[in-house]
Amino acid sequence: MAAAALQPVPASAPMSDEDAAGQAYFDRIIAEDSRIEPTDWMPEAYRKTLMRQISQHAHSEIIGMQPEANWITRAPSLKRKSILMAKVQDEAGHGLYLYSAAETLGTPRDVLNQQLLDGKAKYSSIFNYPARSWADMGAIGWLVDGAAIANQVPLCRASYGPYGRAMVRICKEESFHQRQGFEILLELSHGTPEQKQMAQDAVNRFYAPALMMFGPPDDDSPNSKQSMAWNIKRFSNDELRQRFVGMIAEQVKVLGLTLPDPELRFDEETGKWIHMELDWQEFKDVIAGRGPCNAQRLARRREAHENGAWVREAARAYAEKQNNKRKAGAA
Amino acid sequence: MSNQPNIWPLWEVFVRSSRGLSHVHAGSLHAPDAEMALRNARDLYTRRNEGVSIWVVPSDAITASDPDAKGSFFESPQGKDYRHATYYTKSEGVKHL
Amino acid sequence: MSTHQDHSLDSFGDAAASATRVTPGNALRPEDIALQTDRPTEDVAQYALRLGDDSLVLAQRLGHWISRGPEIEEDIALGNIALDLLGHARSFLTYAGHAWDKTEDDLAYWREEDEFRSAWIFEQPNGDFGVTIARQLVVSVFQRLLYSRLVNSTDATIAAISAKALKEVDYHRDHATQWTLRLGDGTEESHRRMQEALELMWPYVDELFDDDELTERIGAVGVLPSSLRAEFDAEIAAVLDEATLTLPAVPRASGGGRRGEHTEHLGYLLAEMQVLARKHPGATW
Repeated sequence: MAAAALQPVPASAPMSDEDAAGQAYFDRIIAEDSRIEPTDWMPEAYRKTLMRQISQHAHSEIIGMQPEANWITRAPSLKRKSILMAKVQDEAGHGLYLYSAAETLGTPRDVLNQQLLDGKAKYSSIFNYPARSWADMGAIGWLVDGAAIANQVPLCRASYGPYGRAMVRICKEESFHQRQGFEILLELSHGTPEQKQMAQDAVNRFYAPALMMFGPPDDDSPNSKQSMAWNIKRFSNDELRQRFVGMIAEQVKVLGLTLPDPELRFDEETGKWIHMELDWQEFKDVIAGRGPCNAQRLARRREAHENGAWVREAARAYAEKQNNKRKAGAA
Repeated sequence: MSNQPNIWPLWEVFVRSSRGLSHVHAGSLHAPDAEMALRNARDLYTRRNEGVSIWVVPSDAITASDPDAKGSFFESPQGKDYRHATYYTKSEGVKHL
Repeated sequence: MSTHQDHSLDSFGDAAASATRVTPGNALRPEDIALQTDRPTEDVAQYALRLGDDSLVLAQRLGHWISRGPEIEEDIALGNIALDLLGHARSFLTYAGHAWDKTEDDLAYWREEDEFRSAWIFEQPNGDFGVTIARQLVVSVFQRLLYSRLVNSTDATIAAISAKALKEVDYHRDHATQWTLRLGDGTEESHRRMQEALELMWPYVDELFDDDELTERIGAVGVLPSSLRAEFDAEIAAVLDEATLTLPAVPRASGGGRRGEHTEHLGYLLAEMQVLARKHPGATW
């Protein structure tokens, strides 16, 4: 079976009968394109891959709140303020859905959170770019959420049940995020010359980072093959990037803006979109912590966590007191 | 349940989406106690009118069937076709049966 | 006030609309109010402006918490409360604006500090989570009592907005109460912080219950703030007692928000809120 073939058992550690049976069962579920559930036997590498992917995804939602929260207090109309608040709040919710899925794999949220605060866990590098103008709220919604949706829709069918279910919920909610972003840009591009310029500038800055959200090219993405064999990933990075760039190339016309990509064209012969060379060195730098906002984003997360410690402690202490009272009352 | 003083325990959330339907598992969340768990569940899982009633249960209070015992636990009903109406073919076509 | 005339509400001016859209208990939206054609009198508009400004200023304060809460679950809870308040503000401001041909955004973004009619407690800084909860406790208990009377306002629109708001502030009160109990009767540190937070907030409580010429003139359109005081005191006393906290005995601040005289905090709050809109006069968003 394909999945088993990609999971060589080291000769030094022969599988126990139990593990062999588990592996066979797991392989059958994957081959049938059915779902693995939390209490099922699963290969350790599968568990680790999922844990890494889901927790990174959760961290991205939580860190991703910051560039947009940055504009809640300055949103230029009350309607936009409501929309933005609801959106950032949704992201907190999405983070929680995902942590909830990650926890079913056996690692508690506080451990995952600590990995984030210690700088040991990764999150989507796009959120290490600053949201400089109001138009960035548009570009983030249209391009960043757009790319996220393109990534996430296939994940609704991920082989790990809790992950797929979290993604279904998230995808339903995300479609509003992309639309509101698009409409912000639409409004700006039909507004004053300064507004249109603001919109174009935001698109210029977020275009390449958004394309990089799909991850490195297929020939430089060592983990992709295994993830696809396990039915976690359904399409390769380049396939998803293709699909996305094709969509935004059309949508940008409605906006009356341009994409900052002189090489962008549809190649009739191959049926593929050609886009500019992306700066993968920058991508790696930002992931490694050298982006414009990495330090700021983590500092804010740590600050919230530390400032909240006394509150969390108080609530637990209160719960314990109440429990004791109840027990004393019952005795 | 964690013993660290500032970490909240995990709760499973079940939401009844409308009257007449069962509560269905929606996911989990952290909360210091049941009262706050209910409120957090309301804010997290029913932001878009998804529910009319919520249950919260401490995650460690749930007892699950043993996944390794799948065969002995869940395969016994297989082969007992006579539990299903479709098994009884001779009465097919008789009205109101 | 500016003469800026930007009607950015999508549905503004829909000819098919009528005042009958507004019914108490419906999920009333600011967009529905905007479709109404009846103009409030100057007094009613001024009263609606107070209600709107209270909620707007507080929503602006609470909006800052999102991504900074003590736990992510609480980011969502505070976000919900801020969204509710912003909804109330938009409805009241839209209604008030009908008197002067202004939109909610004209009123929110193009008035000066001394044109805001919010009471002082709403503009007090967030402080730590305890301070925010102390402010929430006072405000939500007050607003619940207020809206529970205003559902019977002789002004149909104020009654309708209040009916929607009442259910929401009832939840805000529950949220604030739950947290007051947990912080008050949690750890030694949380008890100390919560008591300090109450002391910090209490000078601004009395202003909420000041009657003035407007509240006397409008009669049954509104409610005399002083008439809510006894119930407020009883409710607060019960919560503080259960939370093992003490009612602060501190002198009241003079107040003056209803006349447009504010504490030093409002200027900064408005500067931040208005900066972008004011950079682009006449723009739509």
